[in-house]
Amino acid sequence: MEPIAFQKIYTHISQVTKATCSLHATGVGNEEMALVNDRLAQVVKIEGDLVTLQIFSGTEGIPTDSEVVFLGHAPQLPVSEELCGRFFNAYGHPIDGGPEVEGQLVEIGGPSVNPVRRKQPSELIATGIAGIDLNNTIVTGQKIPFFADPDQPYNQVMAMVALRAQADKIILGGMGITNDDYLFFKNVFENAGAIDRIISFVNTTEDPPVERLLVPDMALTAAEYFAVEKKQKVLVLLTDMTLYADALSIVSNRMDQIPSKDSMPGSLYSDLAKLYEKAVQFPDGGSITIIAVTTLSGGDITHAIPDNTGYITEGQLFLRKDTDIGKVIVDPFRSLSRLRQLVIGKKTREDHPQVMNTAVRLYADAANAKTKIENGFDLTDYDKRAMSFAREYSEKLLAIDINIEIDTMIDTAWKLFGKYFSYAEIGIKAELVEKYGTINQHKN
Amino acid sequence: MATTGKVAGIISNLVMVKVDGPVSQNEICYIHFAGVKLMAEVIRIGALYAYLQVFESTRGLKTGTEVEFTGHLLEATLGPGILSKNFDGLQNDLNKMEGIFLRKGEYTHPLEPYKLWEFKPLAKEGDTVVAGSWLGEVTENWIPHKIMVPFILDGRYKVSKINSEGSYKIDDIIALLIDGKGDEYRVTMVQKWPIKIPIKAYREKPRPFNFMETGIRVIDCINPIVEGGTGFIPGPFGTGKTVLQHALSKQAEADMIVVAACGERANEVVELFSEFPELDDPRTGRKLMERTTIIANTSNMPVAAREASVYTAMTIAEYYRQMGLKILLLADSTSRWAQALREMSNRMEELPGPDAFPMDLPAIISNFYARAGYVRLHNEKTGSVTFIGTVSPAGGNLKEPVTEATKKAARCFYSLSQNRADSKRYPAIDAVDSYSKYLEYPEFIEFVSQTIAGNWIDQILEVKNILIRGNEAYEQINILGDDGVPIHYHEIFWKSEVIDFVILQQDAFDKIDASTPIPRQKYMMDKVLEVCNTAFTFNKFEEVNPYFKRIINVFKQMNYSEFQSEPFSNYEEELKSIINEKRKTEEQAV
Repeated sequence: MEPIAFQKIYTHISQVTKATCSLHATGVGNEEMALVNDRLAQVVKIEGDLVTLQIFSGTEGIPTDSEVVFLGHAPQLPVSEELCGRFFNAYGHPIDGGPEVEGQLVEIGGPSVNPVRRKQPSELIATGIAGIDLNNTIVTGQKIPFFADPDQPYNQVMAMVALRAQADKIILGGMGITNDDYLFFKNVFENAGAIDRIISFVNTTEDPPVERLLVPDMALTAAEYFAVEKKQKVLVLLTDMTLYADALSIVSNRMDQIPSKDSMPGSLYSDLAKLYEKAVQFPDGGSITIIAVTTLSGGDITHAIPDNTGYITEGQLFLRKDTDIGKVIVDPFRSLSRLRQLVIGKKTREDHPQVMNTAVRLYADAANAKTKIENGFDLTDYDKRAMSFAREYSEKLLAIDINIEIDTMIDTAWKLFGKYFSYAEIGIKAELVEKYGTINQHKN
Repeated sequence: MATTGKVAGIISNLVMVKVDGPVSQNEICYIHFAGVKLMAEVIRIGALYAYLQVFESTRGLKTGTEVEFTGHLLEATLGPGILSKNFDGLQNDLNKMEGIFLRKGEYTHPLEPYKLWEFKPLAKEGDTVVAGSWLGEVTENWIPHKIMVPFILDGRYKVSKINSEGSYKIDDIIALLIDGKGDEYRVTMVQKWPIKIPIKAYREKPRPFNFMETGIRVIDCINPIVEGGTGFIPGPFGTGKTVLQHALSKQAEADMIVVAACGERANEVVELFSEFPELDDPRTGRKLMERTTIIANTSNMPVAAREASVYTAMTIAEYYRQMGLKILLLADSTSRWAQALREMSNRMEELPGPDAFPMDLPAIISNFYARAGYVRLHNEKTGSVTFIGTVSPAGGNLKEPVTEATKKAARCFYSLSQNRADSKRYPAIDAVDSYSKYLEYPEFIEFVSQTIAGNWIDQILEVKNILIRGNEAYEQINILGDDGVPIHYHEIFWKSEVIDFVILQQDAFDKIDASTPIPRQKYMMDKVLEVCNTAFTFNKFEEVNPYFKRIINVFKQMNYSEFQSEPFSNYEEELKSIINEKRKTEEQAV
């Protein structure tokens, strides 16, 4: 980004903190971009003629006589088909050695969609993973995070979902991911031959943390271009949102703001909502679906970041290692896709909702039985059957390496019901049992 | 000459302005910015500057920009045409806005200025009237919308002229009023009212006592709410708060529903937008949207307008209440509104209260809940605003400031439990933790014993008692083991499970089970209590679980069947025979 000729250059900075610097300047707009000794910065506060700039890459080595140039616009991204298959940094500059992208310049973090112009999401995205498709069906226009411990294979699952899901574009926003994970994504996408429909914005752990704040807006601005202009189905993957929120707290801390819960800024909810609410189904077919990752510390979902996220997103997915089968499963208790009601039993078979609920309830009975064993009590016949059911259910449906059609998932569940339980025990509507079930109605 | 000013500082959506004349707290002003006007509200006045919260993004705003003050507070526009509308928090008609994206500085008329309404006078020339008196009416959808003396007028007035029956636009003058001094006032079909001030054009506000049917068994049968009452639903995310609110708005016995979607998910609002125009209103036979107004300020819309949205919704509800109607106001979620207050207080660098919320948060919340109520109007008709708010407690912890403050203000508490939600026992309201203070109101007890049944309250208390005993028995079984407790502990536990599965749990997505009318609730309550009060014989504890599971299964099939239909009666017969299998005979009882 070169300064334009005859632009006013300021050379006197009056105050420098770890992330910001202040100077006297006039005619400056709020949220405008600037260059401070060629480092990118953004206006965060104006008081009279004192302008405070947040310098993304940090203020180390910034002298008081730095050259400051205001660029006259908010952060921008050039959008066009040329974005496809490319890798960019947080500023939207290529990091794959290719040329700069040419296209229409769009300010990132643009306006919200008028809620009456949205369409109700109604198209399911099949992933082949029964823990998702059967129990927590994802729909276009939805936003849903994985709540995962740092040691869980969430990036692998996300990559798998990305490749299996029927989307026109996949946009990866990587915030503070390790270089290894970046290379993993790159590898997987390239090997799948899907690189042409994938765009990546990456800030790795090697880059300054405050730069991360730009990544999701960059990814979502690109997504809006394809969803609005090209009417495409766009899937946006954001990993890891916890590191994004951490960057927010760094900035608010340096700006002397009063922290609220868990030293997060008071505006955390609105800041996250502004991103997640970019997920949308447009009436003319275009859509943005967001699958994100929020890493937890010690599985604590009451921490401000997962907590606020949970209130914004339409459900959440949990991964868990099931020691009975030695595989990672999608936890049926804690995972929830709120939009599944829009498709299950409507776009899928009518018995889907009841089968799903019954299976989870029986799985819960098995969990109770396990507690009984732990407490040293005898098991009833029902408990034993529930436990055998749970094991097979976990193995044949919940494990993340499953890749089958939804109807097959439902049929599999029916088979398991019939194998272990009586009609009265499953408590499903009689007409559905007759139509789809393989259960003896008279056995009690 | 209106006051003007110039922008002197900007921090996010807080703008400091140097003014050249008088300004008042909460005055509305417009910032002239790049050809559009950005609406803002004065939230603090300092020695040097007036501090504004801007209801829009301030990106690109520069110092020195002109600001124009309007001299009035944030007002709602009240008149025929509010029903079925989708507004934003500042009462802009969202449907009138162009384009997919919300544009900065685009404000639209909340009503239909050119539409003709069939006006019918109710007052006569020479009548003495006060603020809120009914002058005439127009039919809005199916509601007789009263045209009232503006609430802002003080004292008594004489009607000097009133228009005869005919079609008028909202801005046409339909009546002239004369005060004691002989000054004349023109009345049109619209009036404005500052949203943060309660409308009080009524005679008195007695204690509410009228039972309000919701069709949701765990509310009606366990912790009922009254017309003009207040309730709140706190719950961790994923416990079904929103599904419950939607069910309430679909089924509750109210003439009009105002939904304030305050800082919540846009897709949930879209669900209302797309489903309500399709759903039939069981009470009127028309579409649900015809009695609904939605105020949508979703979480990605400007934060400052989020705070305004709940007040806009309340003002609209109060306005319709003045017509003698029953209004149900739902706000989802009041926590988001409190967070909006926190963000602003934070930007103004006020000293924070608990969890960085403003110190006066409890006062703000209780003032707001106090605006609900049952009122007797000057013409002896009654109207009510019933308010149910959801709270999204941070971390699911009910000890946080918003929940605590709300608990002091609301009379009904519907506690959503994570455990129940995890085991898919929906609605996940914990019947034992929740309460309804109205159960203690003598007025209410008398009302239901006359309208539902003499023993209704006793049955409610009995059910609660069985649930508590069931919980205790369950704990004992868990501690001592299945065979470590007497068999009747299992029986006690399973009887409470029958209540849980048959009364408390309800399938919001099943056509029949979604809403249960009171006679059916009463019928099922009698049936379930009959089971609970039957003494059974079991030889060993292993028999208890499968036996009650059979009972529950038949009950559930009854819940899924049309009331008093053939399948329903068949299941009822089946139930009878199952009960008789294990019923303690008279010899055994001795």
